[in-house]
Amino acid sequence: MDAASNVRNIAKKEWLAYFNSPVAYVFIVIFLMLSGFFTFMVGHFYEAMQADLSGPNGFFLWHPWLYLILVPAVAMRLWAEERRSGTLELLLTLPVTPAQAIAGKFLAAWLFLLLALALTFPIVVTTAYLGSPDWGAVATGYLGSALLAGAYLAVGMLTSALTRNQVISFILAVVIGLFLILAGYPPVTDVLSRVAPDALVRGVAELSFMTHFESMQRGVIDLRDVVYFAAVVAFMLFATHVVLQNRKTR
Amino acid sequence: MIKADRLAKSFDRRAAVRGVTFEVGKGEVLGFLGPNGAGKTTTMRMITGFLRPDSGTASVNGHDAVREPVEARRAIGYLPENAPAYGDMTVAEFLGFIAGMRGYRGGERDDRVEAVLEKCLLRTVRHQPIDTLSKGYRQRTCFAQAILHDPPVLILDEPTEGLDPNQKKVVRDMIRDMGREKAIVLSTHILEEVEAICTRAIIISDGRIVADGTPADLKRRSRDYNAVTVRVAAPADEVVARLRRVEAARSVETRRAPAGGGECVVRVYPHDGRPVLEAVLAALAEKGWSAREVLTSDGRLDDVFRRLTTTADTAVAGAGKEAA
Repeated sequence: MDAASNVRNIAKKEWLAYFNSPVAYVFIVIFLMLSGFFTFMVGHFYEAMQADLSGPNGFFLWHPWLYLILVPAVAMRLWAEERRSGTLELLLTLPVTPAQAIAGKFLAAWLFLLLALALTFPIVVTTAYLGSPDWGAVATGYLGSALLAGAYLAVGMLTSALTRNQVISFILAVVIGLFLILAGYPPVTDVLSRVAPDALVRGVAELSFMTHFESMQRGVIDLRDVVYFAAVVAFMLFATHVVLQNRKTR
Repeated sequence: MIKADRLAKSFDRRAAVRGVTFEVGKGEVLGFLGPNGAGKTTTMRMITGFLRPDSGTASVNGHDAVREPVEARRAIGYLPENAPAYGDMTVAEFLGFIAGMRGYRGGERDDRVEAVLEKCLLRTVRHQPIDTLSKGYRQRTCFAQAILHDPPVLILDEPTEGLDPNQKKVVRDMIRDMGREKAIVLSTHILEEVEAICTRAIIISDGRIVADGTPADLKRRSRDYNAVTVRVAAPADEVVARLRRVEAARSVETRRAPAGGGECVVRVYPHDGRPVLEAVLAALAEKGWSAREVLTSDGRLDDVFRRLTTTADTAVAGAGKEAA
């Protein structure tokens, strides 16, 4: 009861912080513009003549790359700003546990990302108007994208806790995110498979966002993919907890 | 209510606090004095559970700061150094958030915020973002946050920093009032503040407690304690020569000796703070000199502070230690 209300209070505060500043609006507008641009201009949505959001150049395919840059921008202030301005001392001397604070912040930022994702609905409406999409694939596409956003966010949360400098947090998160994409990106795995044994390549690829994200785009929910994303989030949040507990000053 | 037992903490192998032990009970206002970097803030952070001590324990209301941090923090109101607050929130939003975190709901929550806005004279700025406030308002907003839940224990790190003299008086009066039924620890380097509101003072230097007592006790350790200053209508050298023969006098200094020689001001320092006034007046009377002005000192805190905190290497070693 107490824990739940602490988490809710902190989530509410973070949510307010996004909308009290231009960050929220800038993020949403840029995210919607870029996802539209890539889908229609780069992905040639109309020319493809397919009522399909998950295809080889489809709408969801761009999400790992958009999130790569945009999610660290949402996550970077979560802890770095608290450390820089000294409010971390205020927050962590209130009657909350660090785990509750982490959960509250993660929930707020994730819900915010989900809001941005939900606002892409016009593209679904367009697809439904032009043809008859596979609704199962649309649903798993959104689910996969939501989980992917959560995983990126958890990475950004960890890098934000590591430093009081938001720029450093951003860059670290992008680099880690890039690794997690490229480890399973076909052009990279193809090259790797020429020099490394298959088992190793597959092992590395299993670590990647891409492997698990793409399999969800085919309209199937494989429990292993869901577990993978949940595990990434859990691991990153746990690491955040360790970092916060072991900080030397603020 | 507050108990610190051999608290110690170092940063990168440099000791910031080396074994600090004290207790503060209900009705006490403890002033924490010391030069910058002496370990005041680090000690307070260990009591509030923000920093984990390397060794030793801190407890509040019987709850250990490390093992039962949430219970301990419930009993504490804490004003951290530099009064941090969420700058993009308005004063009312910020205090509302704190009230929520302190477990207040609905109407009770609003009442708490309202009461503390009133008490800390913040009503006029309630809808202003904290980033747009002047230093004094910001400091009071953070102070309001600390007392919102009427905690039995208050830990205040430089509560009057950045306030103008009027605001300082308001905050001091509040602390003194609350001190009757709470246990309060406050740090400051304004010595007059200690004399004005503290029932007890601890001087900390280079991570160690070097003095612990009431402000009056501490002043008694001053070189000036019971020193007598007299203005006498007689030549300075004669007066000094006579007063040196007073038994309790440790030393005699000429404070002022105008060229004409008609009058002088002389100060007599006693041995071990013994009363020396009567002996001085008797000596003057014996010579037939009349004292035109007499002043006894009850000691000076800044003198004690300086002597206890500038021994050997501390003045240099302490500098910049708390900058991190």
